[in-house]
Amino acid sequence: MLEIKNLHASVEDKAILKGINLSVKAGEVHAIMGPNGSGKSTLASVIAGKEDYEAIKGDILFNNENIEELEADERAHKGIFLSFQYPVEIPGVSVTNFMKTAINESRKAKGLEDMPANEMLKLIREKSELLEIDRKFLSRSLNQGFSGGEKKRNEIFQMAMLEPKLAILDETDSGLDIDALRIVANGVNKLKNKDNAVIVITHYQRLLDYIVPDFVHVLHNGKIVKSGTKELAHELEKKGYDWIKESVNL
Amino acid sequence: MDLKEKLVSSFLAFENQMDVEDYVHDIRSEAIKTFENEGFPSKKDEDWKYTSLNKILKQDYSVFPDDENAIEYRDVKKYFIHNIDSFKIVFIDGKYSSHLSQTTHEGMDICLLSAALAKPKYRLVIENYFNKIAASDGITSLNTAFSSEGAYIHIPKNKLVEKPIQIIHFSTGNESALMLQPRNLVVVDENSHVQIIERHQSLTSNAVLTNSVTEIFANKRAIIDCYKIQNDHQNASLIDNTFIHQKQESHASVHTFTFGGNLTRNNLNFYQHGERVDSTLKGITIIGDKQHVDHNTLVHHVEPNCESHQDYKGIFNDKSTGVFNGKVIVEKEAQKTNAFQANNNILVSDQSTINTKPQLEIFADDVKCSHGCTIGQLDSDALFYMKTRGIPEKEAKALLMYAFANNVLESVKIATLKTRINKLIANKIGVNIGFNL
Repeated sequence: MLEIKNLHASVEDKAILKGINLSVKAGEVHAIMGPNGSGKSTLASVIAGKEDYEAIKGDILFNNENIEELEADERAHKGIFLSFQYPVEIPGVSVTNFMKTAINESRKAKGLEDMPANEMLKLIREKSELLEIDRKFLSRSLNQGFSGGEKKRNEIFQMAMLEPKLAILDETDSGLDIDALRIVANGVNKLKNKDNAVIVITHYQRLLDYIVPDFVHVLHNGKIVKSGTKELAHELEKKGYDWIKESVNL
Repeated sequence: MDLKEKLVSSFLAFENQMDVEDYVHDIRSEAIKTFENEGFPSKKDEDWKYTSLNKILKQDYSVFPDDENAIEYRDVKKYFIHNIDSFKIVFIDGKYSSHLSQTTHEGMDICLLSAALAKPKYRLVIENYFNKIAASDGITSLNTAFSSEGAYIHIPKNKLVEKPIQIIHFSTGNESALMLQPRNLVVVDENSHVQIIERHQSLTSNAVLTNSVTEIFANKRAIIDCYKIQNDHQNASLIDNTFIHQKQESHASVHTFTFGGNLTRNNLNFYQHGERVDSTLKGITIIGDKQHVDHNTLVHHVEPNCESHQDYKGIFNDKSTGVFNGKVIVEKEAQKTNAFQANNNILVSDQSTINTKPQLEIFADDVKCSHGCTIGQLDSDALFYMKTRGIPEKEAKALLMYAFANNVLESVKIATLKTRINKLIANKIGVNIGFNL
């Protein structure tokens, strides 16, 4: 589904990603771990299509199509979703109206009519129940005044609404208490099936107890320096990132 | 002959049509002298630093349209808030149109200034209120000198006027260039409540210059809500001078929606006289091309325990220019004043300009006064966020601008008007609102 080959990317002329190789197939869950500043969030943003990030070398293929020239919204229409580490507050646009606009714009891009209002309402009700989101919450301005946990739950709610093929969860566990973490992870697991894939970006192993990865990659200094299965995450938790840094230097 | 000379020399002919015994005769004669001395404001005046009238004064305006021009309701229906029951005071090229109007004398007077000036039964109200708070600067005096027609609204005490009053000035464009000087007088007595919607609309693209003066008196505990819809043709310019005098515990609000016009200048002045007075000034400006909008506001706090709330939002595209000059004066006696002022702007294009200037003069020591102005571009993080959800850049920008402007509408109390303004905003920004307003 996602094929990243020798990807180099920079922000304001500063090289952040220095040759990433990653292959994600349908039905898989990949975890990308690594210390602060290793390039985890940059990788997420580059895949999602943030303009400030320049991919200077390498390829990003999504379902065998090179997507580097596509705008973020076009990538979204193809089925890529990014759950933000810091979701942006948008005053004056309610959660419901935002989702209606997002869904109908995606449908428009596919040549479909707007979703009928009753169908939309049903979908919103169904997905908000999945994330245990209060009805009142949906009429509030998007992310404005939301707690950390509410913001993250809202991200996964949006994911549930949009049903992406590839979901990238960027530090979704940060700022979550254990109950919120369970709700969010439960939501992700229920949405998971053999036709979609998830990339979980995280600093800690904690989230991976709930969203169990098929593969774990360790990112350090803009490169994937180690890949393995879920046991690698446990090892990291025990030994810390210094262990990786040392083993890389060796 | 320039416009000033033309106006001064036509004053005699104008007065000849009027009754010289008239109470306002002396007021008019005095006013034309003031105008002759002061003339039109220029950029040398501090209050007009960023707005030049030069270009629009060069037109050869007809200052006395004689013709009675008729228009059919069906042709202008769209300029009314037509899906509600309302009183209507409608003028066509400065002349009253009984055909399009719906006035009343039942328990209150919602009618014409010309009638109020002419008939003895209105004499007392005219003597008490007419030209009592209008400024004596050149531009206001010009209107006073030629004041003869406009809306006259007098609501006696303890009346809730449920139907809003729509005041609409149409210009037909039958003259190649036309100058209009409407004069409105609104007196609302104790405990009464009235809502007014005002609009100036030209029906062709011929040049129009409107110099409007409105005096509004809110007596004790009166509630007055005014809504100004400024969405005129690109060759229509408007100088709107509004003066509001508020007595104790009265509430007055003015919402100004400016989406059209060539040059628009709003001089909006609130004078508080009495305790626990509440004044609200809100505005949404969305312009483009070479349009120019200047909001010049004044709130004068004189007595203790009063409030004022100002919130102006502006979105400027292309080569448009905006000005916000908000003056708040808190006199020494006006302790416990709460005065808030906000002016937030988005410059959509590199060539648009906004000059914003808060001006606070506070002489009391126990007050809460705040002001804030921002000038910015659209938030690029928010745009990226919306794009990752599949919303294309153009739509995302429109949605952000819409959300930015839209929250000013929360205080609009007439639901159908709110819907209409919402649509105007959506239209102006180019967002197709696929959701309920």
